[in-house]
Amino acid sequence: MSMQALFGQLLVGLINGSFYAMLSLGLAIIFGLLGITNIAQGAFYMLGGFTTWMLFHWAGIGYFWALLLVPVIVGLVGAAIEKTLLRRVYNLDHMYGLLLTFGVMMFIQGMFVYFFATAGRPYSVPPQLSGAYNLGFMYLPKYRGWVVLASIVFCLATWFAIEKTSLGRTLRAATENPTLTRAFGVNVPGLMTVGFGIGVALAGAAGVLAAPIYPVSPLMGADLIIVVFAVVVVGGMGSIMGSIVTSMMLGLLEGLTKVVYPQGSNMVIFVIMFVVLLIRPAGLFGRER
Amino acid sequence: MSQEISQPTLQATSTVTAPATTSAGRDLTLVWYGLGIAALLAAPFFFYPIFLVKVLCFALFACAFNLLLGSCGLLSFGHAAFFGAAGYVAGHAAKEWGLTFEAALICGTAAAAALGLLFGYVSVRRQGLQFAMITLALAQLVYFLAMQLPFTHAEDGLSAIPRGKVLGMFDLNNIFVLYYATAVVFLIGFVAMHRMTNSTFGQLLKAIRDNEPRAVSLGYEVHRYKLMAFVLSATMAGLAGSTKAIAFKIVALTDVHWSTSGSVILMTLLGGLGTLFGPVVGAAVVVSMEDYLADSGLPINAVIGGIFILCILLFRRGIVGEIQHRLGKR
Repeated sequence: MSMQALFGQLLVGLINGSFYAMLSLGLAIIFGLLGITNIAQGAFYMLGGFTTWMLFHWAGIGYFWALLLVPVIVGLVGAAIEKTLLRRVYNLDHMYGLLLTFGVMMFIQGMFVYFFATAGRPYSVPPQLSGAYNLGFMYLPKYRGWVVLASIVFCLATWFAIEKTSLGRTLRAATENPTLTRAFGVNVPGLMTVGFGIGVALAGAAGVLAAPIYPVSPLMGADLIIVVFAVVVVGGMGSIMGSIVTSMMLGLLEGLTKVVYPQGSNMVIFVIMFVVLLIRPAGLFGRER
Repeated sequence: MSQEISQPTLQATSTVTAPATTSAGRDLTLVWYGLGIAALLAAPFFFYPIFLVKVLCFALFACAFNLLLGSCGLLSFGHAAFFGAAGYVAGHAAKEWGLTFEAALICGTAAAAALGLLFGYVSVRRQGLQFAMITLALAQLVYFLAMQLPFTHAEDGLSAIPRGKVLGMFDLNNIFVLYYATAVVFLIGFVAMHRMTNSTFGQLLKAIRDNEPRAVSLGYEVHRYKLMAFVLSATMAGLAGSTKAIAFKIVALTDVHWSTSGSVILMTLLGGLGTLFGPVVGAAVVVSMEDYLADSGLPINAVIGGIFILCILLFRRGIVGEIQHRLGKR
């Protein structure tokens, strides 16, 4: 095997890891605040990719504007769904939240398949980011490097916003004890809408980053969300940093498997999950409850 | 957290299982059984038998799913793995090994039981949403295996499975024979699950569902009981999958896909979670709906997603649950 192929696949692994990180981070925020496992996260990722494509082909709005606009649009769609649908199941068993978001996922994906068919649509790399650097041991396509950087920035910004800002402090308080937070005059239901919006906006942003790499198709997020679930189980629900590190690690491992044993590349994360559950049932960074 | 879900289930069980202890209640259950069997016998004269075979296979599958969710409170998002894997094994046994109908069913069901033991062992220690996520991920592993293993024929599916003969005498290619054979398999599975729900073991599962710490404090090894329930549920899903494989002569990737896991959840939810006949009614409704939608040109998955949403927001008791609730109020 050539070094170029090895590093190329590791880079792809790192990129996938970035997407896992952004999706699982959004999942963690939503779960913490709303107690809902948002299985539609993959559909919002697809929505992000598709909105990027539509902005360009229907309105002539380019990549960088999309990177700014799409998370806002996807976040607003998410907030609307939270306000109209999810709100109604908070006082029920958590199971109903999962099933409701499953219905939302089926609906969004089904509609896109109906109107756009399942074929992938190409989206070109913005000219400022096309081309490649020669690193000596490999060629690094500029755009791929950009994706890894941008997603790390997105994740760190989210981490910073949650841990260090006053909005983050209120969010964390609402996660910890919604009733008491409400007694202090904080609008907790409003915060939940915002939290869900931020969570799905992260998935939407991942969709924008993915558009020039993977063809934009209605089912691009369908299998991804299951991998992200496995990543979350491996990392364990707990720390934000833990889930970012786990995502990157598993992405890299997946890339490595593509070189060593290509047939196993789409299974390796699930196998790792199985093994981790055998050895450490609470996950790598999780705590046993 | 199982407070809310136990609410409708408890109501359901109080009208279905509790009366079984009194003699009048037992009579009532027998009446229901009598009516059910009469309906099973008469159905092929009113509906197309092949359609009924499909309904019965999915009804058994939904009952198996309901067994786990209704009595244990465990929401599995990966039951298609057992359904599909059993189908592949049964189909392979009938086609390549030339086994009889009964032996092929046993092979498929045993495979599902083994897979259930493996998956259950790692998943039952986690609860609620985590359990759902793990089962979904493990089922995806089975899906990718089915895509790559040689005997599943990947995208083409395992096709032209011979139906063979029941007991070596009755040719299953006669659709009436096929229907009645399926009905017998369904009844065996259904009665077995009903018996189990009403046994001491079933009561214990409900105790664990309603208050796990208390069950632990009473000295029960809850994980072992949950694992047993999981394996039983997987086994019954496997019986359903094996029967479907042979009846329809084909097993395809959709049988192990997460959308099949989703559709069995919808059947149970629509029919009435935790009720005895709910999954059967739900399976009939969903199968008819899917058949109808397939020809209508409507976006089938979007419609199903919409029904999912409406069902959860407005109709959580399901059809049978709602009827029982109305009858109970009067």
